[in-house]
Amino acid sequence: MGDGRELAAEKHVRYIVTVEKKKDSFESLVMEHIRLNGAYWGLTTLDLLHKLDAVEPDEVIQWIMSCYHPESGGFGGNVGHDAHVLYTLSAVQVLCLFDRLDALDVDKVADYIAGLQNDDGSFSGDIWGEVDTRFSYIAICTLSLLHRLHKINVQKAVDYIVSCKNLDGGFGAMPGGESHAGQIFCCVGALAITGSLHHVDRDLLGWWLCERQCKEGGLNGRPEKLADVCYSWWVLSSLIMIDRVHWIDKDKLAKFILNCQDKENGGISDRPDNAVDIYHTYFGVAGLSLMEYPGVKPMDPAYALPLDVVNRIFLRKEH
Amino acid sequence: MAPSSTSSEGATDEWVPPSRRPELADVVPVPQDDGPHPVVPIAYRDEFREVMDYFRALYFAGERSVRALHLTAEAIDLNPGNYTVWHFRRLVLEALEANLQEEMNFVDQIAECNPKNYQIWHHKRWLVEKLGPGIANKEHEFTRKILAMDAKNYHAWSHRQWVLQALGGWETELQYCNQLLEEDVFNNSAWNQRYLVITRSPFLGGLAAMRDSEVDYTIEAILANPQNESPWRYLKGLYKGENDFLMADERISDVCLKVLKNDSTCVFALSLLLDLLQIGLQPSDELRGTVEAMKNSDPEIADADLATAICLILQKCDPLRINYWSWYRTTISSQI
Repeated sequence: MGDGRELAAEKHVRYIVTVEKKKDSFESLVMEHIRLNGAYWGLTTLDLLHKLDAVEPDEVIQWIMSCYHPESGGFGGNVGHDAHVLYTLSAVQVLCLFDRLDALDVDKVADYIAGLQNDDGSFSGDIWGEVDTRFSYIAICTLSLLHRLHKINVQKAVDYIVSCKNLDGGFGAMPGGESHAGQIFCCVGALAITGSLHHVDRDLLGWWLCERQCKEGGLNGRPEKLADVCYSWWVLSSLIMIDRVHWIDKDKLAKFILNCQDKENGGISDRPDNAVDIYHTYFGVAGLSLMEYPGVKPMDPAYALPLDVVNRIFLRKEH
Repeated sequence: MAPSSTSSEGATDEWVPPSRRPELADVVPVPQDDGPHPVVPIAYRDEFREVMDYFRALYFAGERSVRALHLTAEAIDLNPGNYTVWHFRRLVLEALEANLQEEMNFVDQIAECNPKNYQIWHHKRWLVEKLGPGIANKEHEFTRKILAMDAKNYHAWSHRQWVLQALGGWETELQYCNQLLEEDVFNNSAWNQRYLVITRSPFLGGLAAMRDSEVDYTIEAILANPQNESPWRYLKGLYKGENDFLMADERISDVCLKVLKNDSTCVFALSLLLDLLQIGLQPSDELRGTVEAMKNSDPEIADADLATAICLILQKCDPLRINYWSWYRTTISSQI
């Protein structure tokens, strides 16, 4: 990687900090309702780059907690938005980054998530009942971070995920749904956290996942689709969890990600020469982290948090 | 957004800001509470902000009225991803006992312009659950329309599969898969749908009944485009968990050999041959001959046994995945 293509870490830090402040941009308005996801992407990236101190923790925690719904126990995507598991996980993850889970009524949040499990083991995203294996992952990941997995029927949750397994070894959003790298991350992640990876056909899925690497080095999410930086995370993390990451060409993938940087103003895009955004900046840096790129903190492939943060949560035995 | 269509019921030809509408005169707008906002004089942002401020006022007041319904339509038009607006709209629809057929037309218009939006598809599903089986065919027509624009739209496929399984409409689904694969045989979503249909349609008798004709169909697709990953996986999927049948079906090894005659580096053909040998296929003379011919052109693998030779060939013709093929080679030598 000594060919001039290096991670412009400082530029990316500046980009993230500026995006956070530009509350009046068009992007910011359109993303208003998912601002908590944005906070997770930006702050995790800062932590991976050893720059979490670029923000004021108390301000962040205060804002996060202002998205909390004490009556339901869930978080909205921003202040004044309805509660949904998508933002509840982001809130919990950000609190983990700052070691501030003490700000939560842990049982209340855990009960909110547990209350969304359906009879067939699947999870709804909120009271409106949309079901998706994304929500299975979110529920299991959140409850595990809160040491409250016992509040759900784990066996049924696992059975539901297994029912979404396809002939190619991958997983879809629901039983019969097409295999998709993002959904595969969710299903494999949930199985990893619950100690159920024996349900995965590792060699079959591993080959499907490494077939996602395109000639130029980037990864796509389904056959015949274009490579996109975000799949660096979804595919790589899945490959690591099933212990098959050495089946892809990491150098070529790293080059692809580094080619998607805006080296002047910071940020990473989906493909070379496209406009950068916070989502792809996070996935690019997280992908590099999974490939042990120098200067980037190692990341846990299942919890999607820096490894030291995850260790802090599980090596401490106070719950 | 389609330039000519206006999907919001509240909008008229000349857009009037909420602050100047008589029907909203008693509403005190509530700005988004996330810190100070510098004033940026761009009309679109002002419009956006004002609509949202009035929406928030009615949402926090829990006002389930016709004017609230209109305001949610405007807010959705500005940002169809805002899930809180959709949630509130459903509460209002329920309270007003609104015509849900009309609501379906409204959401369909929005979906056509924003086909990759989770909220819209979930809203459709909520409506389908309320409207019942009578709407199944209309929904299938709608997903067809969306898939005609992007045949791999994951949301549309999820919705279509859910409607099929909840309300039916399987009768013409295999034909639809045929049509999509005729249009683009590389469409993995259509192959996935085909598998769903042959395994779950109540009219086809299931995988065992469909296997024979499906093998023929798939082989034809492979021979037309041997580099197409999807039918190769589908072919193996037809025999999932039944390795003995897979091995016994001569059409399987035949198609590999036929493809390799024209393209001796076809990864999928070599890989399937390898799988067949791995599960115990006794190689025919033709198979031996084909691999021997490939060996001859490469002195490095001259002494290797059949399966090892195939792995070595794969390592060369698929360098991106060289580690996968060399791992595969180690599993073979450890078995023999």
